[in-house]
Amino acid sequence: MTWGLMMTELPDFLPVLPEFLLICAALGLLMAGAFLREGKAASDVIGLWAVLFMTVSGLLVVSGSGGNITTFNGMFITDHFSVFMKILILVSGSVTLMMSLPWLQDERISKFEFPILVLFATVGMLMMVSANDLMAMYLGLELQSLSLYVIAAYHRDNSRATEAGMKYFVLGSLASGLLLFGASFVYGFTGQTEFDGLAKSLAGVDKASMGAIIGAVFIIFGLAFKLSAVPFHMWTPDVYEGAPAPVTAFFALAPKIAAMALLVRVLTGPFMAMAEQWQQIVMILAMASMILGAFAALNQTNIKRLMAYSSIGHVGYALIGLSVGNMIGVLGLLVYLTIYLVMNLGVFAIILSMRQKGRLTEGIEDLSGLAKTQPLMAAALAALMFSMAGIPPLAGFFSKLYVFIAAIESQMYVLAIVGVLTSVVSAFYYLRIIKIMYFDEPVETFDKPLSRAVALTLAASSIVVLGFFLYPPPLLMQAEEATAALFPG
Amino acid sequence: MHYIMFYIFATIAIISSIRVITARNPVHSVLFLILVFCNVAGLFLLLGAEFLAMVLIIVYAGAVAVLFLFVVMMLDINIVPLREGFLSYLPIGGLIGMILLVELVMVTAGWVIPTGNLLATTTHDLPNTAALTNTEELGKVLYTRYVYQFQTAGIALLVAMIGAILLTLRSRSGVRRQSVTRQLVRTKANSLELKKVQTRGGV
Repeated sequence: MTWGLMMTELPDFLPVLPEFLLICAALGLLMAGAFLREGKAASDVIGLWAVLFMTVSGLLVVSGSGGNITTFNGMFITDHFSVFMKILILVSGSVTLMMSLPWLQDERISKFEFPILVLFATVGMLMMVSANDLMAMYLGLELQSLSLYVIAAYHRDNSRATEAGMKYFVLGSLASGLLLFGASFVYGFTGQTEFDGLAKSLAGVDKASMGAIIGAVFIIFGLAFKLSAVPFHMWTPDVYEGAPAPVTAFFALAPKIAAMALLVRVLTGPFMAMAEQWQQIVMILAMASMILGAFAALNQTNIKRLMAYSSIGHVGYALIGLSVGNMIGVLGLLVYLTIYLVMNLGVFAIILSMRQKGRLTEGIEDLSGLAKTQPLMAAALAALMFSMAGIPPLAGFFSKLYVFIAAIESQMYVLAIVGVLTSVVSAFYYLRIIKIMYFDEPVETFDKPLSRAVALTLAASSIVVLGFFLYPPPLLMQAEEATAALFPG
Repeated sequence: MHYIMFYIFATIAIISSIRVITARNPVHSVLFLILVFCNVAGLFLLLGAEFLAMVLIIVYAGAVAVLFLFVVMMLDINIVPLREGFLSYLPIGGLIGMILLVELVMVTAGWVIPTGNLLATTTHDLPNTAALTNTEELGKVLYTRYVYQFQTAGIALLVAMIGAILLTLRSRSGVRRQSVTRQLVRTKANSLELKKVQTRGGV
């Protein structure tokens, strides 16, 4: 049978419906933006439509959840794992977009392309999560990265934003190159690009060949860059500080979740046969990220920079779950990512509302005396900071608990010990923020009123962080189902 | 014959790629880069990958390198200050390069081409290579088997285009643009005026 005849039938479109909808929405909104009258209202309306489409796409993701379905000749897969991750990505994308619209209006830099690029980036991330082939993986990653490079430099009249965009672009392309190089090695030594075929061919040989291992290592490095795991973190503080605050919020959440999902799928799927090799690498990445995230953040004065180092540290903790390499570990990772998402949404809601007399502020010192001027906001931020530091009974404690338990059960004591020690160190800078808010004299108050989206996000995230310990089963059950999809049998 | 051609192409490619990074004049660097592309295209031809060879010439030598040349000539880059600090970065850069080189040598040296069981491990049915051409085969699978990748690549290119416009387009006032509508609604009646000019009277 020739391929031409075999492939003429139309692929099954049902599994790709959420992505398909988002692409069509982005194209339609692009047309609307280009032909509608330029103005304040247009970009806001398009932003709201983008949020709406993300919500609908999220509903489609949920309603389509079933067993493992592959389509497009096995290039695209949906399973419980992809559903879980896609929901996290869509939540972070739509909430940050919702919060950023009023911010961009206030700064007078709102343009209709911003929500559209966020939409395209989100589509890229969904494709990454569902990739079941090396080429599909790379293309999803590149669609995501290209959109992110542009929105990093979005505020083009600001020299720091353009520098951030440039830096991210140059280093990101290098990482993409490394990833492609690794993918070509893997293809060269196995003759496969599809994940299922790769898994079979790598498990078939009694020892995975040297070339395939080196290829896998390069792929891990490329993904570690997107995750900003140490030693591939150099770009993170500069980009987070330089980019506009809503962009930073988006960067800290969705791309990391997508890259982590892809890394988990690649390592536990096709490369599971060489787990011994990649476990060491992931372990080193995890330890280095935790240590750097804890110590480098100690002297920061800019809150966005602080969040950059904090996110590096959090990536390290999440990677503990992956380096364990079994079901409990990945379960811990999923719980960790979910709680990380909730906490960061709250913190960035506050960063987005740091504005004094109409001027943006980013210094940690600007928070001083917040407890006197805005007690509710200070209380919410205090809860979030306690949670980030991992103080029981807040949500952040449980997320760390699960990954540490996974490490201890697999006798990876070093990882657990480093994790506990670094979280003690990092507690210093989280608690310092609380001290500044509660015990320093207020200098200047923040402008009220908060925009509705920001206030709602802050309230929701602090309620979840405070109340998670009362009823954790919903999250745990979903995460368990998602993990089970990766480890059949 | 194949071997001779291979060594000719390979030697010129290596020499000119060294010249790309050592040439003092950036224009010469770009010209050497084009030479590298042409020689690599020759290598592809020897391997029987005629489609890749042509794409390399058209896309890289034809478009990318010419673009480079354009930028280099327009910006008048002085390469000497860029070279400063080259020696201080040399040890660490050289070390990393050496490690990479050793790794690659180890990989290729340890690569044993399996005899026989290569056919057993591939899942696809192998086409009859003698009867088919590269381009035809690519055409058969590009829009069918790999339609997902093809479409995604298209969207990525669209994003690049949006990005380029977003980051560079500035709306300036006082620019005279062609307005087709205005040109079309212009009629003889509202643009042409006949005046009787008196003889020797002037306008």
